[in-house]
Amino acid sequence: MSVIVNEAGKAISRADERAPISSLLKANMRKIFPDHWSFMLGEIALYSFIILLLTGVYLTIWFKPSMTEVIYNGSYTPLVGIHMSEAYASTLDISFDVRGGLLLRQIHHWAALFFMAAMMVHMFRIFFTGAFRRPREFNWVIGGSMILIGLLEGFAGYSLPDDLLSGVGVRIVAGIVESIPIIGTYLMFFIFGGEFPGNDFIARLYTFHVLLVPGILLALIGLHLILIFYHKHTQYPGPGRTNNNVVGFPLFPVYVAKAGGFFFIVFGVTALMGALITINPIWAYGPYVPDQVTAGSQPDWYIGFLDGMLRAMPPWETVLFGQWTISWNVFVPAAVMPGILVGLLLAYPFLEAWITGDKREHHLLDRPRNNPTRTAIGVMVISFYGILVINGANDVIAITFNLSINQLIWFTRIGIFIIPPLAFIATRRFCLALQRRDRDLLLHGRESGQILRLPHGEFIEIHTPVSDEVRAVLLSKEDVTPIEAPPATDENGVATPGLRGKRWRAKLSQAYFGDNVAKPTAAELEEAAHHGHELHDHEVAELEAAGKHAPNTLTPGSH
Amino acid sequence: MSDTTTDLATTGHGDEPQFPLPAHHLRLTDTDPRAARRAERQVAAMFALSALLGIAFIVFYVTVPTENFVSLGPIGVVNSSNLLLGLCFGGAVLLIGTGAIHWAKKLMADEEVTDERHPVGSPQEDKDAALEAFQTGVAESGFAERKLVRRTLIGALALFPVPLIVLLKDMGPLPGTSLRETVWKKGDRIVVDVTKQPIRPEDLRVGTLVSASPEGLSELQEEQGTQNARAKASIILVRMRPEEIRSQQNDDWDYNGILAFSKICTHVGCPIALYQQRTHHLLCPCHQSTFDLADSGHVVFGPAARRMPQLPITVDDEGYLVAADGFQEPVGPSFWERGA
Repeated sequence: MSVIVNEAGKAISRADERAPISSLLKANMRKIFPDHWSFMLGEIALYSFIILLLTGVYLTIWFKPSMTEVIYNGSYTPLVGIHMSEAYASTLDISFDVRGGLLLRQIHHWAALFFMAAMMVHMFRIFFTGAFRRPREFNWVIGGSMILIGLLEGFAGYSLPDDLLSGVGVRIVAGIVESIPIIGTYLMFFIFGGEFPGNDFIARLYTFHVLLVPGILLALIGLHLILIFYHKHTQYPGPGRTNNNVVGFPLFPVYVAKAGGFFFIVFGVTALMGALITINPIWAYGPYVPDQVTAGSQPDWYIGFLDGMLRAMPPWETVLFGQWTISWNVFVPAAVMPGILVGLLLAYPFLEAWITGDKREHHLLDRPRNNPTRTAIGVMVISFYGILVINGANDVIAITFNLSINQLIWFTRIGIFIIPPLAFIATRRFCLALQRRDRDLLLHGRESGQILRLPHGEFIEIHTPVSDEVRAVLLSKEDVTPIEAPPATDENGVATPGLRGKRWRAKLSQAYFGDNVAKPTAAELEEAAHHGHELHDHEVAELEAAGKHAPNTLTPGSH
Repeated sequence: MSDTTTDLATTGHGDEPQFPLPAHHLRLTDTDPRAARRAERQVAAMFALSALLGIAFIVFYVTVPTENFVSLGPIGVVNSSNLLLGLCFGGAVLLIGTGAIHWAKKLMADEEVTDERHPVGSPQEDKDAALEAFQTGVAESGFAERKLVRRTLIGALALFPVPLIVLLKDMGPLPGTSLRETVWKKGDRIVVDVTKQPIRPEDLRVGTLVSASPEGLSELQEEQGTQNARAKASIILVRMRPEEIRSQQNDDWDYNGILAFSKICTHVGCPIALYQQRTHHLLCPCHQSTFDLADSGHVVFGPAARRMPQLPITVDDEGYLVAADGFQEPVGPSFWERGA
């Protein structure tokens, strides 16, 4: 035994006298994790969060979360002598007077953008492959909540420097809070300690950003990871992979090296971006003054869809009894719609389970084409989101491409109702066509492009059977039978309880799976193979009679 | 495994996979010791270079001043200290990562291993035992029988968060009428925002837009210690030919074609100063609400639902522009109690 193993063994046995380390290690060290590039998306989110914690702690050393007015006297000469909040002045100090301070700020900001992007792409991976199904519904809810919380956390973070750009963003949030019926005005006064902008907001936001929200996120991430460990990771279908096993590499050493190494790669890439690419140059915007604004002001990308929704909403406002104002134009896009979207997002696994009636455990991932309606819903959501993000930058787009901003907004107002349904229909058709192709591949093999002329003059194209690897993947398809609506009354004439709900469920189930292209049955596969052989034998005889070797074929394309 | 709710889904799969795991292929590093040595040297080189970059970081931290900038062509101008520190640190960290992954891919065992899954739920005897333990606990506590204790406990627990919520009341004052008021009152001089100079009508040419505020706003801001007054009192002055004014919020609120409007958007409160001379349109840079200043500040496009409030103006004895009165309606975004 080597020295390393000896020493580690001693350390573990000493530790084990205080806590059951060995049992823990035994259970987990050789735990198997499957390998796929798409499983790294969640890892990027996790590592970005660790980078955020690390760089964030450094930034707190120098940042002063105070709105007290000071006169700047640091080394950035264009702003010397200007009145500004301590928060802004200390951010300038971090950027210009602390060595490596700007690097920390830029790594922090880049990591925040990566964190949100990785979480969202990871979510779509989970969605399209059906990884949210039982037993992982709760982990989906945790993940969805983290995206929402991450969005708030990111907004809080870029508002802290109290620069002109972010201050306008805070002003918009104040306006949104004011639009909430009944309690909005009070809520706004409580959040800001009085009128906007007040003197308290940055300090309160700071506690929110560095303590409350990261604490919640950390707890949720811990829970997320514990559940991943406990459930064991899902895997893609393939040879040797079933719903009852997990095929991959052990945690120690392969994933310790790969995942650990990947953390350093993510950290390294964010650090290099922090070194090379300037992000959020707050010194160029100036301090926040409530009567100034920069044209072309854009929030960070993950807020863009909310801004896009605010921009697209028509100017609707109602005054009830001449006394109470409901700002539909603000309240709906900024509060109601995000609430509905998040609610639907978190509820999706439960909705789908209700529609399919499928309560089994799933550990083998779906191929997106094999659940066309789910995939179509996902693409519809992406197109909806995409239109809003584009509209959130419509001023920049209008200037860059020399377009009319009014036309762009009208494009969004109309397109938001037309494009997502079209995306839904097109995606669903694509998926069904791909299902047909899969069925074809299984039954008839792949067109080889080899044309053979038979002795009696007929031309055939040779089809080669697909490999076992491919067959394993294609045959992983699960055919779901749509649920039938129960009759209105049973055989004794007793009305079925909850009939309306059950009919709805049957309708939705039909819509989900009615068009499914059935996977070939074992008999059909047998028949196809046999059919191929029969013709094959006959042609083999003919070819051999002509003194030639028969090529290795499955089914001729003609006949 | 007869209970379907705890069964693993088995469609298309028995316990045995239909197709076996493909045979394991050996890598070059598995078969050729020289390739393995080469991979080992590559990994070691990355780790060593990482350590060197770490040392270089310290050297640059000490030697490179923070005030120099360097141009990186298309990427732009960056701070040279930031660049060198970031390249060293990023490179050092990145090389640890690439080294570890190269090691895992080339030298660590790469044969896939199969592990069993088990249904996620607890075994039935554990479920039974848990239920029994719970029942024992309930019985021993008397929670079921002692109604009085139970109900008072529920009452106390329901009420205990209330003081914590009440404590939040002092997060801020109540709104009162403050959102309806600005510091503008009759006779307040209008000064240019930047220079703080009072304005004579003849200072404004036709077609100009000037950001302005009431005189003494900075002093007030100093006194109050907040920018609250400024956030509401900021205005814009525009001058057009009197015949170009199609309507205004009250017939004589202009002064010889000079109009004063709030600068705060009625949508969500961004300050506005994008003005199109020819059309007299005012465009909000945040959400593109467009107001026609020649037509009472009405909304002509975008999400804002209300017109821009107009400030009545006139000139004082010395010929300077002053407010003829305060704003007649609340400025800024709508709020619940605002009313018509």
